[in-house]
Amino acid sequence: MSRLALDLPGLSLKNPVMPASGCFGFGREFSQLFDLSTLGAIMIKATTEAPRYGNATPRVAETPGGMLNAIGLQNPGLEKVIANELEWLKQFDVPIIANVAGSQTEDYVQVAKEISKVDNVHALELNISCPNVKTGGIAFGTIPETAKELTKRVKEVSEVPVYVKLSPNVTNIVEMAKAVEDGGADGITMINTLIGMRIDLKTGRPILSNRTGGLSGPAVKPVAIRMVYEVSQQTNLPIIGMGGISSVEDVIEFFLAGADAVAVGTANFVNPFVCPELIAELDQYLEAHNIDHISELKGRSWK
Amino acid sequence: MIQKELMTVVSQSEIAENIFEMTLKGALVDQIDQPGKFVHLKASEEMMPLLRRPISIARVEHDKQEFTMIYRAEGAGTTALSRKQSGDQVDVLGPLGHGFPVEAAASGETALLIGGGIGVPPLYELSRRLNEKGVKTIHVLGFQNKEAAFYTEQFAELGETYVATVDGSLGEQGFVTDIVNKHGLRGDVFYSCGPTVMLKAVEKLHAAPRGFISLEERMGCGIGACFACVCHPAADETGTAYLKICSDGPVFKAGEVAL
Repeated sequence: MSRLALDLPGLSLKNPVMPASGCFGFGREFSQLFDLSTLGAIMIKATTEAPRYGNATPRVAETPGGMLNAIGLQNPGLEKVIANELEWLKQFDVPIIANVAGSQTEDYVQVAKEISKVDNVHALELNISCPNVKTGGIAFGTIPETAKELTKRVKEVSEVPVYVKLSPNVTNIVEMAKAVEDGGADGITMINTLIGMRIDLKTGRPILSNRTGGLSGPAVKPVAIRMVYEVSQQTNLPIIGMGGISSVEDVIEFFLAGADAVAVGTANFVNPFVCPELIAELDQYLEAHNIDHISELKGRSWK
Repeated sequence: MIQKELMTVVSQSEIAENIFEMTLKGALVDQIDQPGKFVHLKASEEMMPLLRRPISIARVEHDKQEFTMIYRAEGAGTTALSRKQSGDQVDVLGPLGHGFPVEAAASGETALLIGGGIGVPPLYELSRRLNEKGVKTIHVLGFQNKEAAFYTEQFAELGETYVATVDGSLGEQGFVTDIVNKHGLRGDVFYSCGPTVMLKAVEKLHAAPRGFISLEERMGCGIGACFACVCHPAADETGTAYLKICSDGPVFKAGEVAL
């Protein structure tokens, strides 16, 4: 068996590397560059019940070692995502993790119910951590009881395992993780972006039209590592770790912290070939270090 | 086909105030099949600046596997790029986007090319290609002032060329649209690239029955995945339709995008 293959709830992964939601669209652009079947999985862009245009531009601003984004969950809506995007993705041999978002509980429930019926959707990623929408998103991800309740409601209707994407914009990340575990979550993905801001010196005003945005990229990696380290010791849920991964060393670090698999976000924008490159390099790394299987590294930093 | 390649700097020079002309060599050039496409450059291997920078292609020499770009050194990325010297390598992703349709102008027809500032460069390769197929080109180039102007002679070699500067220090004082009106310039097709406010004014000139505009925008990924550079189509009843400037554009039919 491959050094990289592993099973997580709902997911039989060829390797533990997947593009993070919002950083890969629905895969079409990248399919011109490499075979999407090489990926462990694909976390598709957040899907809401109705189509969303998202926020006005500017929507991105660069920061030292990172970027701020405030896209605002732009997507063509549940119906079109199922009919066009997921249907198109069926040509690839890769499990899809559908990122589900909404403004209120009923939205999440409705999207989860319908999208979890699609053949190639093997798991859901409950987006309770988007910092760029006025209602919903992060509002569900900062109060433990609310997160637990939403997880429970979505679990009731979902036909596939449910992973909950945690926000780092909380005082106690372990409390949040335990809450969604109590709510019946099958896994955790973490972390979403950190809320930040940049101000234009010429105008004296925030650069982003949304004023605040989510910080991602290498700059947030230490925060993500710390949170995976804490959460992995306090819950029994598998963790798909993410936050600033751009090299094979970063991938290893997340496993050592306690992740079961990893997702790559912002790095896809800098190097669109980064995921297949990391998959190849990860195999070479394990070979060079005489590691029989990637899962041996999980949680070594605290075990 | 989009490629990523470490290309080699053949030459670099400052041709106007903070305006640099850089020529790069590599196999990626074989893929550049249309003027108006762009490349996405990693100006530094460091994490600041992290993101690539989109820069238009000003001239292509397929036989030498070289292309030339002209850009303004403004922020951290383009300033780092401007320090590159002959022999240095640059991480290039491209060619990206949809460029200017050369086939929209037939041999014997007249094309009006209107450029503003750092929107002027892609029109140069376009003009070369149009002239190669026997299209007459008229160029209207706008700059802030004499110090910021470039390539006016190169354009003049290809066709009738008018220069406008905001302060009148070179060519005629005024905006590109003033020049078009003053001289009654008309074509069978127009092509334009520059700031959005200029493109909006150019569309209103109706200087040709059909036209194409190239938009400038801050970009993230450059390939259509990040949704940073979206714009509204002119005809959109729902309010949720969108076009991505990097991958659906940067060149659009005049009137296609709500400017």
